[in-house]
Amino acid sequence: MLTSNTIFSRRSQIFGLALIAAIMAGFPVLADDAPAAAPSGTNTKVKIDNFTFNPAQLTVKVGTTVTWQNVDDIPHTVVSIAAKMRSKALDTNDSFSFTFKDTGEFSYFCSLHPHMVGNIVVTR
Amino acid sequence: MSDFDKSVPPQLDADGVDRRGFLECMTWAGTGMLWTLAGGLPSAVTMTKALAATPNTPFTFLQISDSHIGFDKAANPDARATLREAIAKIKALPMKPSFMIHTGDISHLSKDNEFDDAAEIIKEAGIPVFYVPGEHDLLDEGQGQSYLKRFAPQSKGAGWFSFDSQGIHYIGLVNVVNLQAGGLGNLGTEQLEWVKKDVADLSASTPIVVFAHIPLWTVYPEWGWGTVDGAEALSYLKRFGSVTVLNGHIHQVMQKVEGRVAFHTARSTAFPQPAPGTAPSPGPQTVPAGDLRKYLGIATIDFVRSSEPLAIIDRPLAG
Repeated sequence: MLTSNTIFSRRSQIFGLALIAAIMAGFPVLADDAPAAAPSGTNTKVKIDNFTFNPAQLTVKVGTTVTWQNVDDIPHTVVSIAAKMRSKALDTNDSFSFTFKDTGEFSYFCSLHPHMVGNIVVTR
Repeated sequence: MSDFDKSVPPQLDADGVDRRGFLECMTWAGTGMLWTLAGGLPSAVTMTKALAATPNTPFTFLQISDSHIGFDKAANPDARATLREAIAKIKALPMKPSFMIHTGDISHLSKDNEFDDAAEIIKEAGIPVFYVPGEHDLLDEGQGQSYLKRFAPQSKGAGWFSFDSQGIHYIGLVNVVNLQAGGLGNLGTEQLEWVKKDVADLSASTPIVVFAHIPLWTVYPEWGWGTVDGAEALSYLKRFGSVTVLNGHIHQVMQKVEGRVAFHTARSTAFPQPAPGTAPSPGPQTVPAGDLRKYLGIATIDFVRSSEPLAIIDRPLAG
């Protein structure tokens, strides 16, 4: 137990120092592989309901992951030629996520029901 | 969603059917229209009438549509069962149709078992079947390869083809591929060119039957119910004396006659969809619990028998 505690304590200490150093240096603290602890604003949801994307217009910061969830009882897709994004057919309650790594304006639509359109503006 | 809203007052459609009357007429979504071609004049009667009719017509074929095998949501928990009922009706016809066309959305999600089950059930009718795909049939990884292999191996391009039977020229088109954002159904340049060539050598007196999934005429663009280049395809058919256009996709009967061209959409064998603009979206229409068979079944047939609109008869003004 003693050993284990010691190690834990040392690790905490090292992590704490690294954290302070990172903040001082102005680096992003969290690694890419830790989405649960990602800063707020990097994960946004769009609901697909009644044959509409809601919200249809969205502005996000670069690096944001947008998740579409289909709650209709008909499948839909999320396709953007500009963003090179194509979901599989999303059945009821299926989700699709895409991370916007470039700034710009990306229109998208449902390839099954092309009158369903949406737009995402990605800013720095 | 899209529950049948009883608060909406009845609105007469162009064909004189109010919406409630219309829904009551959805005797069984499985219907199929039975098409009769006599002297180049196509006419359609509902299956209920056909079942009662004496078999005195020279030639018949049948249309079914939108079987959506795999659909199991509130609007119809068992789309397989209603397709089976439709096929049973077809088998019970006093006169065996020469063949059947299926105007797409065979499956709900293009899964192998959905295609397998649909083919197995439809085979029971014991007549040849010609298919065109709906957008729900192109959801496999190959974006339609599974459909093509199973249902249209001899077709061209994304699945279009033509054939002749007893003096009538049939053209099956695909308007569910490469749909553009904000747009409608789409045939595309390659297919349009093919249509033009396909009919080039035909005599103007040849009756033409064109079928595709999404309506080739603009039914309701707000819901994507139309085909952006449908008019161009039909422009190649202008010189023909009799053109009949059969579509599905909208899960309800609609009809229009424009000159020598008669347009019809067929009901689904799976679930109804709302009349244009009468619901927030074109999603499956869920009728009150326990009432499904009233909308899909053969219980409410009086209206069908007593009124003219659903017993569609088309008579081109000139041959």
